[in-house]
Amino acid sequence: MDFNDSPEEAAYREKARAWLAENAAAHRAEHGDPKPTTPEHMAAGKAWQARKAAAGYACITWPAAIGGAGGTPIQSVIFGQEEAKAGVSYGYFTIGLGMCVPTVMAFANDDTKKRFVSPAVKGEEIWCQLFSEPAGGSDVAALRTRAVKDGDDWVINGQKVWTTGAHYCDYGILLVRTDPDVPKHKGLTMFWIDMRDAAVECRPIHQMSGGREFNEVYFTDLRVKDSQRLGEVGQGWQVALVTLMNERLAVGGSAGPDYRQVMELARGLSGANGPALKDQAFREKLADWYVNSQGLKFTRFRTMTALSRGQTPGPESSIGKIISANQLQDLANTAVEAQGEYGILTDPALAPMEAAFQQSLMWAPGLRIAGGTDEILKNIIAERVLGLPGDVRVDKDVAFKDMPTGR
Amino acid sequence: MDFDYSDDQKFLKDEARKFLAARCPSTVVRGVLDDPARSYDDGLWAAVAEQGWLGAAIPEEYNGLGLGRVELCAIAEELGRAVAPIPFASTVYILAEAVMAHGSDAQKAAVLPRIAAGELIGCLATSEGPGVVTPSSLQARVEGGKLSGVKIPVTDGDAAGMALVLANEGGRPGLFLVDLKASGVKVETLQSLDPTRGVARLTFEGASADRLGEPGQGFELVQAILDRAAVLLAFEQLGGADRCLEMAKEYALGRYAFGRTIAGYQAIKHKLADMYVKNEVARSNAYYGAWALNVDAPELPTAAAAARIAASDAFWFASKESVQVHGGMGFTWDVDCHLYYRRSRQLSLVAGSPKLWKERLVSELEKKNAA
Repeated sequence: MDFNDSPEEAAYREKARAWLAENAAAHRAEHGDPKPTTPEHMAAGKAWQARKAAAGYACITWPAAIGGAGGTPIQSVIFGQEEAKAGVSYGYFTIGLGMCVPTVMAFANDDTKKRFVSPAVKGEEIWCQLFSEPAGGSDVAALRTRAVKDGDDWVINGQKVWTTGAHYCDYGILLVRTDPDVPKHKGLTMFWIDMRDAAVECRPIHQMSGGREFNEVYFTDLRVKDSQRLGEVGQGWQVALVTLMNERLAVGGSAGPDYRQVMELARGLSGANGPALKDQAFREKLADWYVNSQGLKFTRFRTMTALSRGQTPGPESSIGKIISANQLQDLANTAVEAQGEYGILTDPALAPMEAAFQQSLMWAPGLRIAGGTDEILKNIIAERVLGLPGDVRVDKDVAFKDMPTGR
Repeated sequence: MDFDYSDDQKFLKDEARKFLAARCPSTVVRGVLDDPARSYDDGLWAAVAEQGWLGAAIPEEYNGLGLGRVELCAIAEELGRAVAPIPFASTVYILAEAVMAHGSDAQKAAVLPRIAAGELIGCLATSEGPGVVTPSSLQARVEGGKLSGVKIPVTDGDAAGMALVLANEGGRPGLFLVDLKASGVKVETLQSLDPTRGVARLTFEGASADRLGEPGQGFELVQAILDRAAVLLAFEQLGGADRCLEMAKEYALGRYAFGRTIAGYQAIKHKLADMYVKNEVARSNAYYGAWALNVDAPELPTAAAAARIAASDAFWFASKESVQVHGGMGFTWDVDCHLYYRRSRQLSLVAGSPKLWKERLVSELEKKNAA
């Protein structure tokens, strides 16, 4: 029971550190430190990805023949840790390389693979995943976007929602309904599409947090070739499961303020009976947050241990988002309440910690929903980890077109 | 990164589980529960001694096995799972660990081989009434090497041959080893929430007391001892919590209502998922505590506090919600749910309540952040 690298891991970490020290400095000299969401930030991200690809650090676990390094999962985790420490992580490629391109590799023909894999690894092209719809969030297979065969083409009409990065992505994998006359899971098909096609329109979603980080994507008579199909007609659900299985191991930490920031805040705030930090109820909450944060950190260490031993990690990492999203909401709200009436202020120049708690308070509801709601995640733990039966499916043997839809 | 039981430790844990499945089924636990004259199962105690578990972490020079603390944690997890009705925690996590960490050579030689052989049961006597004992409230005193005062409650005090007693000596709190079989000691068995573990009132009138560690350091010593015990107790709590989840799951799968298994209802599924989440948080914190205990890390106070808080929370939640999932059956004496419900209270109340540990944790964090 320790936290030490094995000799091989230590050697790899040393090598990664040395490479990062040299290359992060060179990268910064060239690109500076641009603000997120600017074109300069995107350009810097692409340049960094190209640099990593040239050195075999872009897709560490992939075979060398397709631009990877033939490395192990633990090497990938170690590089990720060191990269984060070096302060040069860019999020643009996570979904594409983690989920979309592996799906292309699993189901596309050789020409398509040859065309797309290498540019994606080098960061030249960015991919997004187009699954969720207004009528299909938790129940993705209820999606309505329709593809109709027309000669050698398919014509697609419909709408996707909550697509991360759709406005800057070059390509996407798109799950559509090709047969509404069979039960919902059986009538789906997957395609890759060109996001720059004029028949694809991205509209930013105005979130309750005030930001516009996600998109709605509309398809109006979008024509795709049958050769853009990934997997067989009607097999889209099976293809989508492969995409979701490729989701990267969640061994990263969660963003946002944690117990340390709340402690720092409470030190300087006065409560009714002295400093807020001396309030007993507040201290108990602080202890709970610490215990949960440590619990998640050491759960990640357990996952890494399994990888380090060459084993498949256990299901314990499934607890991560349920805890972190709820905790962020509770922590942010407690910190805002501790500020008294002043807590209502959101101006970063006035609110403590540049309004980080106010921002987290408004962001946390989204975290509890994105990538699986609390409720769906609990179902997943109950069914896949504990082996409890699935829900009664009233739509199982009903043709999609006959399913009740509500609003 | 090697943050888990090793293969050898897993093997030891599996063997312990098999051993306890054979030697400590719930009929053995109930044998103690239902008989007011018994405070532990002496047959199981002897068998556990024979396995070497009592001396697992005691050095070989004192007739122990000389294993690490992580091995002891693995055993603790299985004892908790089996709600073993034996004074293992008081003897091994508290008395043996205290003497190993703070005892003189003579005290080690007098105490440790007897523990390893199963000849000596220990207990910790600090409490003197409701609430928390403090330097200003402490009444027990030692004068000229003789102890007088009343300690209540003392977990395993009715079975123990030796107590660690917190008492003032010359107006300064100290910690003392007291032979409970010698003169000047009165032992009265008391009723408790968890009859599968013994509880007593110890009345001392001129009992011989042998100081452990430095004079005036009684409260510091107790805290240091509890830091170590808290980690091991956390593993017992974790073992119990995991078993509660299993029992609830097995029952739910086999119980049908409204035409289908209740394990398919989301109200039940989400309850069991909540148990799983808490148990995993507890396990990860407990592992960190095990690491800190094993290498005597300076982080032990925070690691122990976090382990204890998480494990207390997990076991309480799992034990009470396991009763709930079992419905009316869970409220009967004959179903085992209440054995865990009772033990979850016993393990949370002994060695300082979670509320105290939360305060200790935040105080430690304040020190760390100020530094």
